Amino acid sequence: MSAPAGSPHPAASARIPPKLGGAAAPGAAAPAVPGLGPHQQNGPAQNQMQVPSGYGLHPQNYIAPSGHYSQGPGKMTSLPLESQCADYYCGLYTIPTQNVVTPSTASQQPGAQQMYGRVPPAPHIVGSTPGSFQGAAASASHLHTSASQPYSSFVNHYSSPAVYSANSSVASQGFPSTCGHYALSTLSNAAYPSVSYPSLPAGDPYGQQIFTSQSAPTVRPTGDHSFSGQNTAISHPSPLPPPPSQPYHQQQSLSGYNTFSWSASGLPSTQDNPIRNHTSLAAANNNLTNTVADSLSCSVMQNVQPPKSSPVVSTVLSGASSARTPPAANRPVEPVASVTQPSELLQQKGMQYGEYVNNQASSAPTPLSSTSDDEEEEEEDEEAGVDSSSTTSSASPMPNSYDALEGGSYPDMLSSSASSPAPDPAPDVDSAPAPAPAAPQPSKMAKPFGYGYPTLQPGYQNATAPLNPGVPPSSPYSGLQQYAQQYPGMNQLSSSLGGLSLQSSTQPESLRPVNLTQERNILPMTPVWAPVPNLNLDLKKLNCSPDSFRCTLTNIPQTQALLNKAKLPLGLLLHPFRDLTQLPVITSNTIVRCRSCRTYINPFVSFIDQRRWKCNLCYRVNDVPEEFMYNPLTRSYGEPHKRPEVQNSTVEFIASSDYMLRPPQPAVYLFVLDVSHNAVEAGYLTILCQSLLENLDKLPGDSRTRIGFMTFDSTVHFYNLQEGLSQPQMLIVSDIDDVFLPTPDSLLVNLYESKELIKDLLNALPNMFINTRETHSALGPALQAAFKLMSPTGGRVSVFQTQLPSLGAGLLQSREDPNQRSSTKVVQHLGPATDFYKKLALDCSGQQTAVDLFLLSSQYSDLASLACMSKYSAGCIYYYPSFHCTHNPSQAEKLQKDLKRYLTRKIGFEAVMRIRCTKGLSMHTFHGNFFVRSTDLLSLANINPDAGFAVQLSIEESLADTALVCFQTALLYTSSKGERRIRVHTLCLPVVSSLADVYAGVDVQAAICLLANMAVDRSISSSLSDARDALVNAVVDSLSAYGSTVSNLQHSGLIAPSSLKLFPLYVLALLKQKAFRTGTSTRLDDRVYAMCQIKCQPLVHLMKMIHPNLYRIDRLTDEGAIHVNDRVVPQPSLQKLSAEKLTREGAFLMDCGSVFYIWIGKGCDNNFIEDVLGYPNFASIPQKMTHLPELDTLSSERARSFITWLRDSRPLSPILHVVKDESPAKTEFFQHLIEDRTEAAFSYYEFLLHVQQQICK
Amino acid sequence: MEAVVFVFSLLDCCALIFLAVYFIITLSDLECDYINARSCCSKLNKWVLPELVGHTIVTVLMLISLHWFIFLLNLPVATWNIYRFIMVPSGNMGVFDPTEIHNRGQLKSHMKEAMIKLGFHLLCFFMYLYSMILALIND
Repeated sequence: MSAPAGSPHPAASARIPPKLGGAAAPGAAAPAVPGLGPHQQNGPAQNQMQVPSGYGLHPQNYIAPSGHYSQGPGKMTSLPLESQCADYYCGLYTIPTQNVVTPSTASQQPGAQQMYGRVPPAPHIVGSTPGSFQGAAASASHLHTSASQPYSSFVNHYSSPAVYSANSSVASQGFPSTCGHYALSTLSNAAYPSVSYPSLPAGDPYGQQIFTSQSAPTVRPTGDHSFSGQNTAISHPSPLPPPPSQPYHQQQSLSGYNTFSWSASGLPSTQDNPIRNHTSLAAANNNLTNTVADSLSCSVMQNVQPPKSSPVVSTVLSGASSARTPPAANRPVEPVASVTQPSELLQQKGMQYGEYVNNQASSAPTPLSSTSDDEEEEEEDEEAGVDSSSTTSSASPMPNSYDALEGGSYPDMLSSSASSPAPDPAPDVDSAPAPAPAAPQPSKMAKPFGYGYPTLQPGYQNATAPLNPGVPPSSPYSGLQQYAQQYPGMNQLSSSLGGLSLQSSTQPESLRPVNLTQERNILPMTPVWAPVPNLNLDLKKLNCSPDSFRCTLTNIPQTQALLNKAKLPLGLLLHPFRDLTQLPVITSNTIVRCRSCRTYINPFVSFIDQRRWKCNLCYRVNDVPEEFMYNPLTRSYGEPHKRPEVQNSTVEFIASSDYMLRPPQPAVYLFVLDVSHNAVEAGYLTILCQSLLENLDKLPGDSRTRIGFMTFDSTVHFYNLQEGLSQPQMLIVSDIDDVFLPTPDSLLVNLYESKELIKDLLNALPNMFINTRETHSALGPALQAAFKLMSPTGGRVSVFQTQLPSLGAGLLQSREDPNQRSSTKVVQHLGPATDFYKKLALDCSGQQTAVDLFLLSSQYSDLASLACMSKYSAGCIYYYPSFHCTHNPSQAEKLQKDLKRYLTRKIGFEAVMRIRCTKGLSMHTFHGNFFVRSTDLLSLANINPDAGFAVQLSIEESLADTALVCFQTALLYTSSKGERRIRVHTLCLPVVSSLADVYAGVDVQAAICLLANMAVDRSISSSLSDARDALVNAVVDSLSAYGSTVSNLQHSGLIAPSSLKLFPLYVLALLKQKAFRTGTSTRLDDRVYAMCQIKCQPLVHLMKMIHPNLYRIDRLTDEGAIHVNDRVVPQPSLQKLSAEKLTREGAFLMDCGSVFYIWIGKGCDNNFIEDVLGYPNFASIPQKMTHLPELDTLSSERARSFITWLRDSRPLSPILHVVKDESPAKTEFFQHLIEDRTEAAFSYYEFLLHVQQQICK
Repeated sequence: MEAVVFVFSLLDCCALIFLAVYFIITLSDLECDYINARSCCSKLNKWVLPELVGHTIVTVLMLISLHWFIFLLNLPVATWNIYRFIMVPSGNMGVFDPTEIHNRGQLKSHMKEAMIKLGFHLLCFFMYLYSMILALIND
């Protein structure tokens, strides 16, 4: 795939043989072209490219990595292509290249994975190939060419929730990030400029358009180039041929930026990129915003917003991180396209990657085995390999030393990592300097550029390290860094334009003081992205996706005292097992880990020399094992820094038998069903059995998969499904005080051997208990029996319960006083009434069994107690209040869809997760569903892709002697196929010493989610009112601390840094959330369920729950729409959650995560009602409407595609309610308008005044 | 008679000292990851009640034997023990709950508490020893 695409741009000649870019090509190229350095193959091709030389250097660095990737990710076939791409980009676009690579494989899956995105860098490696310039461009071009596939893939990405994650992570990273952004954007609603994808084929046109019309990011481009390479590449399909480039050149020249861009452009493709940037710059004049976006890889972001928001919007985005933001209105199309494609490519690569690795490595994971650690990580596999000092020539001399990195020695890093696959890194480096003379110059040129922009704060500047004298390339980098910094400046400019500013922006923009009481439209019109840590580009590209791993402070304070001064929570939010479309899977005999702290080798370690690496968490120096010296991707020896483990911050290892205490367990599923009168009346059995029948073949597992069923009312019933029986046998145990298993061997049966019996049972079950009069529920004994049944193997128990357990162990009393539901005083009974369920859960957890609870009740069922069975066994909780299969069809439909997801999603068994962090930091509290077995080890009997976790951190020792801190999450699990795997995520963040920097790096969404988790704990351990006070105090303290220390402005208003401007709004939203609200009638179970969700939802879903998104949908247009698959998805802007935004003439959609409301105003246009709802006028709309009819009108199509798109972005299907302005159901809708006053709570403005008052006290 | 009271107190105090040491050892095992939270908590919870009873007996004994100073010295600790025991939430598995011991620095506070108690019991031990000797001499 990639090949074709690639070819277009660069001129065929450019490409080199590419095969894998790897290795060979790069190698050759590098040495061959002394000046440019291997990566730069481009360079050779074009002098102009050289400008980028600075970049070129970078590229080299990148290249190396890319090489790895390329090989890894790309399949054999694809590899070549990729490699080419890599070459192209190599210098400039390393990132893009990555994308390119990925493109080759067009994976269908939605989630774009960041990792892969990184992988894409690999392409850079190729660098050597001249043709490669496509790199960025190529990637884009590829995309274009392959457009149709890619698109589809894109679509997928969007559709799937997983995608999001990918996106988020990316931002920081070059292309990948962009992709990610896109994905995110799409998810978030961002206008996916990507729509333009289709145009991809026309890539060139785009490019042109860009030039001509787009205003694009002017200046920053240069800076970007290096980085932006990615962006540009993405956005503009490099394909644009030379012609465009020329124009660009001109533009560039004008701006003075030229040099930069050109250098980058080395290759034609590169040219395109630069050009774009330049052009964009030129255009930039028009739109500051655009420029901003461009500056960073942000471009992607830009896409997002695009259409609607005009330039202004884009400005906002500028956030330092850039990654997220920037949706330049103008460009939407281009960027998107590029992004998407990459993602696809990436995905595939990821897969391929794995394969390759395996092949080479040869080692296979053997299931058997034994022993050793209980905990995954404990084991030591590592071994050092042989060490020796051999130094091969050079491989990258100091590949990844932190210091170097920080110092700005990036080049080194890059080079090391980048070293193209084929050639040895060392040579590259060496050669690069010499050859690359041109490059350096460019870099210099670039610098001026960067300087032109406003300087960043000192703290940030640090990041840009000085150039390394030794390494010419370094200078370029520095230039780049500067650029990056510059960006912020741009942002600032842009910020003035629009209110869209994203929080993410770091630095200036994020510190811009905002007077909250005077800023009327505080909510951006586009979704808020995660801020990108202020790291140098290399690290940014390597860093973990924010979808998987986020920290509340992207700038870590140096000391606990500083943290205390900032009054902000410090913690991590994790989504470790989310669906990834691309993921490098590594099979290797030795998994390289630090000998003392057992950290897995990761992109942020430093290689002291060829044979030794320094752990980035404990700073111990370890040997590099012999096996690690060989890079399976490039098939080269002596480049440990180019191994996929060191090129990706999210990787998955196939674990050896050292990581097993017992042979990997098979997938075992047990269903425990309530069949009392109440349950039969509710009718869930029909839905469950139907779903199971439909999904029986899709249950994750291998040939060993086992399944079993139990039912219970006042007795416990077992079903003998042993193969050979003519029909299922029901065995009843009525001794519930001492439950035993009647026939232990035949209750859990092999799914495939007994499939017919299972189907018979499922068909019969719904009718078996139809005449039951048994109203009691012996849940406790049934669970005990389930535990006995599961304990030999472990697995998953799914419990369906419809009422309060009333018999046997674990029986519960009703504790809710309905009269207290709206009490403003004390809310009691938030904690469990008995420790029975907790003990049971711990027993289950010890036997690797997770209990998932489906509570379908119409009355109080004491979820607070029942939830314990899932909370501590790492299960999940689903709650369907007022469930009835006929009276409440929307709940029934939701159950059906949730079950489909539940039954078919990925699952990991007998898992443990360990979180490690740099010495000096310590974790003290964990949130989520699991059992903390020892200080940093979470025991997860099951892990599912929808589970999120949070960790609170404290700073125990001063971090003054380190500039970066890292966090590593290692999740060891048994896949449903019986493979033992370890998924490792590594996040790297800078350390800052000033309070202003701490505020500049706040990730408001992460902070809110962490606060919500802490508030849940507080409500249970203390009281709800304490928790509410604590939430308000969090706002008061942080804003007053900011006001008294950082802000010099003496305003009468309430001043917050831009990064925190949404903080009060979100806290108010939390106070009005079901979990914490008072004064509004809230059923205890609803409240407890909301708390459970806060604890175990990943951030993206939790944010929607806390602060819903409101869109106006009666005037959807295609402006700014994105294309997902074959559909056009309109991207309406976000409205603030206030009734003032609701006009009687409009129709609004509110996305609350698990529920959608469509509110129809009284005066709503009859055309809309007729076209979309299928009724002639407002009066004829029924009170209960949960579906939009499929009408063949344009507005109906738009509305449905928008809703479908939103739905596809989350794992569990939300219910849709159409709410008429007059209907009683509207109170539900209005509850979510959190900026308005309710009888029991402040309006947003009142809340601000309240906070201000508290501050003044 | 007085001597008997103090001999008993001394023995009781010895037991409490051993218990405090046991708590400290077990908690530090947990801290070092030698045992898991589940087994640590079940071990410790077993001894919470004996500790409470043992200490309450001494306190009451001092009250009965009209040793006001020693009684007042013991009172806060005894009160704390009882308070802690009573205030365990219904859903928890005891004073030491394996699901929460790693949260919010609980492990550290338990450790600190065990240390303080050890110091307190040592102090009491010498006081009882002194009082016992004094009582024996007086006899």
